[in-house]
This record gives sequence, structure tokens and C-alpha cells, in this order.
Amino acid sequence: MTLPRDLTDISIQITNVTKVFPKMEKPALNNINASIRQGIITGLVGPDGAGKTTLIRLIAGLFLPTQGTIHVMGLNTQTNSVSLQNITGYMPQKFGLYEDLTVIENLDLYAKLHRLTGKKKDDGFERMLTFTTLKPFIHRLAGNLSGGMKQKLGLACALLGRPRILLLDEPSVGVDPLSRRELWKMIQELTHQGMTVLWSTSYLDEGDKCEEVILLNEGKLLFYGPPKNLTKQVQGRVFQVHVPLKERRMALKQLLKLPEVIDGVIQGSEIRLVCSSQPFSFSPDPQWKPVTPRFEDAFVDILGGSSKEDSILVEHISSKEENSVPPIKAQNLTKYFGDFRAAFDISFTIQRGEIFGLLGPNGAGKSTIFKMLCGLLQPTKGRARVSGFDLKTASSEARERIGYMAQKFSLYEDLSVKQNLDFFSGVYGLTRTQRNERVHLMTRIFGLHPYLNENAGLLPLGFKQRLALACAVMHEPDVLFLDEPTSGVDPLTRREFWSHINGMANKGVTIMVTTHFMEEAEYCDHIALIYNGLNIAIGTPDDLKKKAKTELLPNPTLEDAFITLIERSDHGENL
Amino acid sequence: MKLGSSLQKMIRSWSRINSLVIKEVLAVWRDKKSRVMLIAPPLIQLIILSHAATLEVNNISIGVYNQDSGWYSHEFIQRIKGSPYFSHVYQYNNPKDVERAINIQEVIATLQFQPHFSRLIAAGQSAQLQIILDGRKSNASQIVLGYLNIILQNFNLDILRNNGLEVPEPVPLKFRSFFNPNLDYIYFTVPSLVAILSMLLALMVTAMSVSRERENGTFDQLLVSPLQPWQILIGKMIPAMIISIAESTLLMVVALYLFKIPFRGSFVLLYASMIVFLFSIVGIGLFISSISRTQQQSILGSFVFMTPMMLLSGYATPIENMPDWLQPFTNLLPIKHFFIVIKGIFLKDITALEVFNNTWPVALIAGFTLSLAGWMFRKRLE
Repeated sequence: MTLPRDLTDISIQITNVTKVFPKMEKPALNNINASIRQGIITGLVGPDGAGKTTLIRLIAGLFLPTQGTIHVMGLNTQTNSVSLQNITGYMPQKFGLYEDLTVIENLDLYAKLHRLTGKKKDDGFERMLTFTTLKPFIHRLAGNLSGGMKQKLGLACALLGRPRILLLDEPSVGVDPLSRRELWKMIQELTHQGMTVLWSTSYLDEGDKCEEVILLNEGKLLFYGPPKNLTKQVQGRVFQVHVPLKERRMALKQLLKLPEVIDGVIQGSEIRLVCSSQPFSFSPDPQWKPVTPRFEDAFVDILGGSSKEDSILVEHISSKEENSVPPIKAQNLTKYFGDFRAAFDISFTIQRGEIFGLLGPNGAGKSTIFKMLCGLLQPTKGRARVSGFDLKTASSEARERIGYMAQKFSLYEDLSVKQNLDFFSGVYGLTRTQRNERVHLMTRIFGLHPYLNENAGLLPLGFKQRLALACAVMHEPDVLFLDEPTSGVDPLTRREFWSHINGMANKGVTIMVTTHFMEEAEYCDHIALIYNGLNIAIGTPDDLKKKAKTELLPNPTLEDAFITLIERSDHGENL
Repeated sequence: MKLGSSLQKMIRSWSRINSLVIKEVLAVWRDKKSRVMLIAPPLIQLIILSHAATLEVNNISIGVYNQDSGWYSHEFIQRIKGSPYFSHVYQYNNPKDVERAINIQEVIATLQFQPHFSRLIAAGQSAQLQIILDGRKSNASQIVLGYLNIILQNFNLDILRNNGLEVPEPVPLKFRSFFNPNLDYIYFTVPSLVAILSMLLALMVTAMSVSRERENGTFDQLLVSPLQPWQILIGKMIPAMIISIAESTLLMVVALYLFKIPFRGSFVLLYASMIVFLFSIVGIGLFISSISRTQQQSILGSFVFMTPMMLLSGYATPIENMPDWLQPFTNLLPIKHFFIVIKGIFLKDITALEVFNNTWPVALIAGFTLSLAGWMFRKRLE
């Protein structure tokens, strides 16, 4: 097949592709056309269930399209699947690393799969280990690597066969900003050598950095082209409003009520607003400062804006009374696992109605601190108190005042949604009438009705998270622990979650949250930045940004602050 | 007032445990795989194993190397063929073939009739018959020898009588088996299998219960909830008991109605003893579950307990045949005592006192395994 001259730099040609799975009402992909160019990173973005993974698998030749064709470097995925394997590297969401094997043993295994031997293999290992900076860890078990290092190892394995096309399915989920940036740089380097990269992601700031973006929603192609073409569409419609820190949650709620506002998020002490493109008879408040749109603004805009409804949950939560005992207090918390110092001398106090964020790279000790506060781990030294109690030994009545949502979906997958709700309402000591009423309410608030009798394990990710949140809050806790509550969910669902969380905070619920999303961290009143088991910075999001401010970086984002502060800590600077 | 509030506390505490019990039973029952696992394999095993684990020697293949061509050896061979125990009689013509037949286990024993066997007998002299047995199957070959001995005894008597000697049989053997008049091995194996399969199931269900939650990450969720560790433990124990009692009942129904095993004793006594027995097994299961991080480890852990329990229980080999130093240890196995109870109640209506005598050791073991499980469970929480 000969391609027209101007198309020679196209490496993946997708023509009228439709994919229908049996037993599904709607096609997973509906008439997709795209020409992915060689030597650049093309982003694949969209909410959950948009069809991103399906498209990647079609390109990798793992599925065949129901209709249409895909050519990869001129090879038809339907007829040339064997040659296709030699030129593509595919890294699925859960890369098949063997956790009980060491880094080098994993590489060995993949070398064998690619039939690499002798000098070729040694050169390949050398190249990959240098490239991924995994050399010092070659004898460590893959299971003991941090999230970021696991992804690097997965990448190294996928790259061993020297592919010309690299397909990455959400490589940055569960990876901290620092490792994410490193991963991004590595991939960019590969594109300079001519590799074609398709990078699917739910982090929209990554969409901004891609040269081209494919935006999918419910199997349909909404946009394809350079991201700036998309952000151009919201040019002049994005504003920042400065509000006093204490009032920002109420202010956001008020602003979202304006008919012309289609999206609003909190960014430290600013509120970021996107306005509708419909002509309105309004002139923006002079206090609204126009800002350069980001990809996420345009993304929410093209999906029709975020939900503007108030959280119904909040209407049904009674206000928490003032109390002289601080809801959460960590005093010199220290934890050693053998010789390993997981957390050292961590102290902070969280006030009633506050949202407190624990941030830090993978393996920094966030989870250890979180678990000590919840009573799941015994501190080696120091005290963790929640409403004045040590949760490890607290009475049932004291623990009834706590809500907990784990990082990984950890409800009973074999039980139906209704049975899960029943179970947690029973365990949290609600009476029979309360139970029925609460289960009914949670079903309504989180839109669980269509799934009530379905096994929880079979829900779409967004609904799993909703169910987990429902189970954590149905007994109206005073203190709520959320471990990466929106990991992997799309921006619209994340906004819905935060409208609940913000509303609860307004009612006086105290919330502790760990996260990798800087956007999520922006909602927090205070953040503790944890690194190497130490609390290296604590303050409001704006405080942290201020700390990271330099001449080179006069206006750092929270992510910049995160990275700068960690790098400074590495260089031993006193913060 | 004080009483009211502590009563209320207790009610709340039980209502929490109740929620956990419902959840546990649902979790086992809703999972199609585990539902099938609970019913199909035990039933199939009961039906197949009760026939396979036979203690009789049947369908015997035997070889004959006949150097004689007369009537007596022919008559002897006919008598073997006529016996219900022997199904195949192979003829060999030289010692090499005999050796080969034993080697490849074509036959378990061979008979060699010496040359002139018939002539010697007819002449009123002693003739020689050699029997070679496969010593690798020591038990079975002993039984085969027993069968052959009886045939030979009758054969000898008949020769004497034919020769006109009216010899009375010095001590004619007549025997009767109590409780199992036809010596039906199935009377013995089915009740034992009911006990074994119930034990296996109780052990598996509990051994997986905590580790499954650990593996799925739901365990932390439970620990953060208002449930206290002891409540979690009870909440795990009760459903395991419910499931295993139901399972035992199912197996017993099959034993009584399909196999028509007589039931002579008291159901009340049997269930009382069975509950104690299952508690002791659930204790072991919870202990395994407390120390396992994954379900796979639980399964392996269960096998560590299952194998010695099966082999030392007295099911496969009589405890009396074990070395003296080993025999006292078998008292530590709950199933050894329960075997006595279940077979006793099924086949001979043993007295309540006998049931009690064989149940209190199990109660002690149950107390020990359950406390051990509780201790390990708390210890592993850190």
C-alpha cells in the first residue's frame, strides 16, 4: 500500500472504526477516525467508560474492530497481527509485572518473550536500566517498588523489544507528581528518537502537554487535534475570583448558582470559573480576573459543564457541634518497620470542619500516617487521637463517629449494592428504621438506583467510588478519612465528590484526605507535605506555593510547589 | 437506668454481629463458585469415595502355572473361578511369565502346581502347591491368601471324604458380625466420610474467611468500623458453624436415604457432639486464617492440618497398629474422637455417657483452638 506523500508521517491510521461488544447496548467505540502522527505524544483523554482502553487494545491488535480498519505503520491489525507485535509496545493499566520476582528477573522474563539473547540482551538491559534509573534497584522485588518505579519497570519491559509504536494505558494513575514528571520526560525523549506514543490519561494537565489530543466520550470522538485548538474555544470565558480563605466553599456554591457559570473549582484561595458560550446579558464582575484557559476547562466545557446541583447529601447532615477536643491530633507520630523509618515525629492538629490533605510522593509515608490515625497501625512512638480517642482501642460508640474510605475499592464485591449499604448501616449501629431511611437516601443521592441489585464488583469505577463514599458517610460521621477518594475517576465525577466533601466540611465534618491530584489538594484548608517519612512543609495551599516562589518561578502552581519543596528537601535545605 | 443502658449496649453489640453474620453467609452464598463448591464436591466425593475407599478385596486377578495335567489341579482352578472374589484367572506356561505377571501387576498372586500333582494325590500322597504373593500390596495379598486358604481347606476335606474317610471337621468356624451383620464396608465408610467431609468444609470456609478479606482489602474497612476484634471473630465463627452444620446435615441425609445406612442412636446426641467437634475445627480454621495473608496461604495451611488429621485419625489405618509413642498424640485430633461418636451413634446406639466420654476431649481441644485463634487474631492486628 502506498500512502500519499504528505501522509508519510502518519503511523496509526484509524478509519471509521466501530467496536460493539456483545450484551452491550451502546457501541464501545462509534465511527472513530484519526491519523496519529509519528514522533509525537498523542494524548487519549475522556471520562471513565469513554472507550480509551478499547481503542488502545484495537490498535495493539488484541481486539478486532466490528467495522472499519486500523493500519499501524501500514500493517492492517486484522491481517498482520503477528508483524504488528514486533513493532508495538503495549503497557496496560495493570502491567504484568511479577511482584515476587526482582527487577532484573522481570526484565529477563520479558527479554525471553522477545527472544533477546547474548549481547543484544545485555545492551538492551543496560540501555533500559540507565534510561529508567532503576539500576540501583535491580535486586529489589518488583512488589516492593513504589508506584512510580513500578511504572518505570513496566515501561522498560515494554520497550525491550525496541517498538516503534508505544501504547500506554493510564501510565500515571497512582503515581505522584514527581514520578509523573520523570515519566513524561522519559517518554518525550523517546519521541525525539522517532517513536510514536499514544498516552491515555485521566490527568488532564497531561492533555495540555500533548502535541495532539484525542478526546472521547461515550465511544464518540469529540475532538481531535492540538490541545490549544480546544482550549481556544473557551478563551475569554475563564476567570479567577479571589475570596477569603474561610469563605471559599460558600462562595463557590453561590457562584455555581449563576446561570452563566458552567464550571467552578477551588484553587487555594482563588475560585476558577468557566462561563458558558451562550450570549448572556452579563458583564463579568470587575473583580473577576480573566486567566489563560487550561485543557481541563475546555474538557468540562465540551462535555457540557459540571453538575450545578447542590449536594443533597449535605441537606441531610446535621451540623456538628463545637467541641473543645480537636477532631484529629497527631503528636510526634513515629513508625519504624524494622530499621526502616516510615514516619518520624509527625505532629499536627486539625480543627473542626477543616479539610486536611496529606500529600507526598509514593512511599513517602502518607499511608503509614493515615493508618496510624485510623487505628490500623500502632505507632512506634507518639500518639494519634481522633476526637480524643485512640481508635485502636476505642469503644464501638467512639468509632461510630468515624467514616473511612479506603484507597483501593474495598467493599464486598460479591454482595449487591443494597447488601453493602445494609451491612455498613448495621455495623455502624443504625436502628432498623434509620437504616431503611438512610439506605434509601444514599441510593437517591449517589444515583445508585439502577445498580441496587447488582454485585458491587461489577459496577463502573465511578459508581464503585460513589458507593464507597456512600458507605463511609451514611452514618453521619464527625470525622471522615478519605484515602485517594477520586483516584482514576473523571473530572466531572471528581467535582461531584468535592461538592459533597465541601458541603460536609461546611456542616462541621472534619475531613482528612490523601491525594495525588493537585487539583484535589487545592480544595484543602491545610496540607502536610510528607517526604521520606518527614513532614517537610505544612500550611495552606497558598502558603506552600509562596514557599516555592523564586525569581524563575514567580507564579508556581501547587504541583510546582510540590516538586520544588521535595527537591529542596533532597538537597538538605531547611524549609 | 444503668441496667437499661448496658442492655441497650448489648443489643447494639449483637445487632452489629448479626449484620456481619448475614454478610458472611451472603458472601459465601452469592458467589456462584463458592456456592457450587459447598454442595457439589462434598456430595460427589461422598458418593464416589464411599465406593472407592473399599476395605474389601474384590475383582482379584490371579495367575496359574500348571505343570500338572490331571483332574485335581483342574478342579482346584475351577473352584477359584467359581469364587465371587476372583474375576480373572490367567494361565502361564513358564516361570518367566509368572515373574513378569507379578512384576507388571497383572496378577496379585500366582499358583504353581507341581508336575504329577494329581497323580500324587490320587496315590494318597502329599502334593505341593506353591503360592507367590505380591508383597508390595501386603494387606491385599494377605487377604487373597486367606481366600485361597479357605478354598484349599475345603479342597483337602473333600479329597479326604471322596477317599471314603468320614472326617468330622475338628473346629468348624461360624462367625457373625454385630452391628454390621453382612460386614458391609459401606456402613463403616459412609459415616466416617460424613465426618471427614464436614471437617474439610468447616476448615476451608473458616480458613478463607479472614484471609479473603485481607486479600480484597476489606479487612481494614472492618477494623476501622465500630466492630471490636472479638465481635469480628464471633461474626466469622457463627456463619462458619451455620454453613458446616447445614453441610453435615445434607451429607447425613444422603447417608440415610441414598446409602440406607442404619441409624440406631440419638440425633440430639449426635448434633450436640457434632457442634462441639465443628467448633474445634472452626478454631483451627480461624487460626490458619489469622496467620495467612492470602487465600492461597490459607489453603496450604489447611493442608498442613488436614493430612496428619486424616492419616492419624484411624480412618485409613487402625490406631492400634501405629507405633506406641505415636498413639497418644492421636488423642489430640478432634476427628479421632468424633469418629467413635458418629459411628457409634449410627451403628450401635451408644449411651449418652459414651458420647460424653468421647466429646469432652473435643470440647477441651475446641476451647484451646478457639483461644489460640483469638490470640493470634489479636496479635496479627498489629
